[in-house]
Amino acid sequence: MPMDWINGLIGGGLIGLAAALYLLVNGRIMGASGIIGGLVDGSGRDTWQERLALVLGLVTVPAFIAVTQGGADTHVSSNLGLIALAGILVGLGTRIANGCTSGHGVCGISRLSIRGIVATLIYIGAGGLTVVLLRNLFGGLG
Amino acid sequence: MRNLVAFFVGSLFGTGLLISGMTDTRKVQGWLDIFGNWDPTLAFVMGGAIVPMAIAWRLTKGRSAFLGGPFPKPSDPRIDRRIVVGSVLFGAGWGLSGLCPGPAIASLSFGGISGLVFAIAMIAGMSFAPKAIRYMDASPHTA
Repeated sequence: MPMDWINGLIGGGLIGLAAALYLLVNGRIMGASGIIGGLVDGSGRDTWQERLALVLGLVTVPAFIAVTQGGADTHVSSNLGLIALAGILVGLGTRIANGCTSGHGVCGISRLSIRGIVATLIYIGAGGLTVVLLRNLFGGLG
Repeated sequence: MRNLVAFFVGSLFGTGLLISGMTDTRKVQGWLDIFGNWDPTLAFVMGGAIVPMAIAWRLTKGRSAFLGGPFPKPSDPRIDRRIVVGSVLFGAGWGLSGLCPGPAIASLSFGGISGLVFAIAMIAGMSFAPKAIRYMDASPHTA
């Protein structure tokens, strides 16, 4: 089995463990778009400290690991117009659908939630179509 | 205590995203590129994450959260317009960039200008969402 797949399983296990802890201890769903969105639009006013604490952990610990490992790379496109459009679509879409890869994907599918499964199938389908169109019609991802 | 747990959860989440390679947009776009050089790593990440979470859901039965409060109720199983429209928009943005909300935040420290632009645009999109949802709810349902 390629090393990438093994790292995927280990990292995935940690993500699942994090989501399990948040559910069992704090009684909450670990959905990134919901946690951030609630801070942005004020709908999570009553739980803002908890949300902010999670976001802080999510930013600082990977920063620390990346520094000690001599850096990490997202290989994200340098086409800022494309990236801004993508960011708006992701922010808007995840809030309209009420979830993203962590909320609908990890937390929803593991509960056999119909909404989570349908949402995941749709965003993977739309994402796949977008990548195939970008690569084949527009000749690359910039 | 709740905040301390939340910080630890975020730390674990971010570490998992980094180790699994999900902060690398090439791996994510590689997963979405089904007719190209397909990269199945994301399936292993999803599988690895769903197993502990499925066990956690089982443990919630007949209990309440360790720090108090009820567990989240099962969601309404009906598929509405919001799920479809929102997931299509999200999927398109995910495909264009290779970033979704978790990895976008986890990679802020090393994602450079592009990562920062993405995060700001995502937050702008999120702040506009309540208006879009009100507009959708007010318009007649034809589907």
